Amino acid sequence: MSVAQETPAASVKSPRSQAARRNGRWAGYTHLLMARMRELKREPEVVFWVFVFPLLLALGLGIAFRNKPGEAASVAIVAGAGAPETKAMLEGSPHHATFKIDVQNEATAQKGFRLGKYDLVIAPDGRGGFQYRYDPARTESVLARAEVDDALQAAAGRKDAVATTAVTSSAPGSRYIDFLIPGLLGMNLMNSGMWGIGFALVDMRQRKLLKRFVATPMRRGDFLLALLSSRLVLMIIEIALLLSLGIFVFHMRVLGSLFSIVLLGAAGAVTFGGLGLLTASRAQKIESVSGLMNLVMMPMWIFSGVFFSYERFPTMLQPFVKILPLTALNDALRASILEGTPLTHQWPRLLVMLLWGGISFALALRWFRWT
Amino acid sequence: MTIAVQCRDLRKTYDGKVEAVRGLSLEIQTGECFGLLGPNGAGKTTTIEILEGLLQPTSGEVSILGHTWRENKRELRELLGISLQETRLSEKLSVRETIELFASFYREPRSSDEVLEQLQLTEKADAWVGKLSGGQRQRLAVATALVCNPKILFLDEPTTGLDPQSRRQLWDIIRAFQRDGGTVLLTTHYMDEAERLCDRLAIIDHGQIIAEGSPGSLINRLGGHHVVEFAVSGNSDGAALEAWRSLPSVESVREDDGMLALHVKEPHLTIPALLAAVAMRGRELQHLSTRQASLEDVFVQLTGRHLREE
Repeated sequence: MSVAQETPAASVKSPRSQAARRNGRWAGYTHLLMARMRELKREPEVVFWVFVFPLLLALGLGIAFRNKPGEAASVAIVAGAGAPETKAMLEGSPHHATFKIDVQNEATAQKGFRLGKYDLVIAPDGRGGFQYRYDPARTESVLARAEVDDALQAAAGRKDAVATTAVTSSAPGSRYIDFLIPGLLGMNLMNSGMWGIGFALVDMRQRKLLKRFVATPMRRGDFLLALLSSRLVLMIIEIALLLSLGIFVFHMRVLGSLFSIVLLGAAGAVTFGGLGLLTASRAQKIESVSGLMNLVMMPMWIFSGVFFSYERFPTMLQPFVKILPLTALNDALRASILEGTPLTHQWPRLLVMLLWGGISFALALRWFRWT
Repeated sequence: MTIAVQCRDLRKTYDGKVEAVRGLSLEIQTGECFGLLGPNGAGKTTTIEILEGLLQPTSGEVSILGHTWRENKRELRELLGISLQETRLSEKLSVRETIELFASFYREPRSSDEVLEQLQLTEKADAWVGKLSGGQRQRLAVATALVCNPKILFLDEPTTGLDPQSRRQLWDIIRAFQRDGGTVLLTTHYMDEAERLCDRLAIIDHGQIIAEGSPGSLINRLGGHHVVEFAVSGNSDGAALEAWRSLPSVESVREDDGMLALHVKEPHLTIPALLAAVAMRGRELQHLSTRQASLEDVFVQLTGRHLREE
């Protein structure tokens, strides 16, 4: 035996006699999934970025763009001859519009206008006429000019040529927050799908844990399946949180069935899981995969209609926008949540997602590096 | 005895340029503790990872317990316990959870409690991996290898960076495994580890085996079991080296960092003659010590370099 001459080894009883248990076919999968869920639960950053951050984003944007009651145009009247009269005309006008009116000296009024505090500056010329200063590129500025003009003309005695009536609508379903929540849901499914799978894989590869795993009889397919399953579990929580926020804080109405929304969420999670897997299939370092992830996700943040409608992009870009997986997911979520469109009418969108997910998965499995 | 691990003319070239392993052949008997000893970058890790079926050799044959990786991959995986160099296990899982996770990959694993006890980790069972000391982490890494009740245990640099006490603990665990009939293949660049733990070892340099045998027989090849190291005033030259070589009982001489080292069979004959020779030449003895020859001396004699030179 060896040349060693030291104190006898701490006596270790022979353990070989007793085979403790037999593992079933799915023991590895179950343990991998449990381990993954435990790790996520114990990682405060994950909880923040996956769950808390999207809620804060929705809350912040929802408050910033909430429909203010009687959204009044804010105007400044340049102080001087005619200023008090102008203010009185606007306030007493038979044309029913409310304005937030300040009388300011020339410089302050201009500065306020530049900073967006005022939508319009009115400069009385002292002979009963007015000069409007407004920005034709700012919607609210154009609007303020039209309303102020109507009000002043009416106050000066102009009569409407035809009688009109108006019915206002700010019912749930057509507000910005209603548009935003499904978009955020889609974006969140993309972010956490890509990061949750891609980042985790590269991290494990960098730590040589993937290599250690393949040095056991672990089934590689089970490993990937467990990773994907963990995403599906998180997906359900993400949807539940964001939808609850929409429903309970912003009184959003959900028209589609919960089942179809969860199904769409699952399709999104799988699609972006596949993309994440592909992005991470060869990268050896976290730094390189981070860049790659951003590169893949950037076009979708911009084009896929998360915060504003992609209809604003030129027509020639529309086909490109429409084949992005996040566009398909966002459109599908909006149709389901806001309009109650059944999934059977959404198959082109589902097909787009399926193709992205399926092709990514197939390529990733071919290129994947375990070591 | 049957052969546990065998490889013939193993070669591995990275990117068509770097030759990490250059024609390496090995035979490891069942029940043996076999060591691959060599400096960093010698090709130890590449060799052991090829044997573990984690790397494809560029050419050469590997057979483990009579099976090849190509034909019996999954079966072989059930029989081998592997600990890689520097695997960072998940920090947010507890020790027990980590062992259970690895146990779940095997058809008939051992019970976690038993493994925890064997690796002296019972107290830490519920601690997160992130909170463990270096020695405890390394024991956990070995635990994940032993959980499957392996026939062969592969350990790549198991004690690198550990304190002396943790190293001894690991050595005890490895010996116990061997006592129970297991076969061990380990790599190390610590000669004391190789000397104390291994029944046989191969010294590897530049991707080739430059010497193979039991630690004792390798040291015997030096000629002398003892090393007399000394330094004298004045310059030394080739002729002087020859003079020291001719002292009684000296087998070989080498110069090392301004110090002269004599491999000696019987120091009690050499030292008086050495002192007399120094005095006769009017030189002054600046240093004199004797010690047992080690594998380090074997490596230096074979390569002219020290193991730890990096």
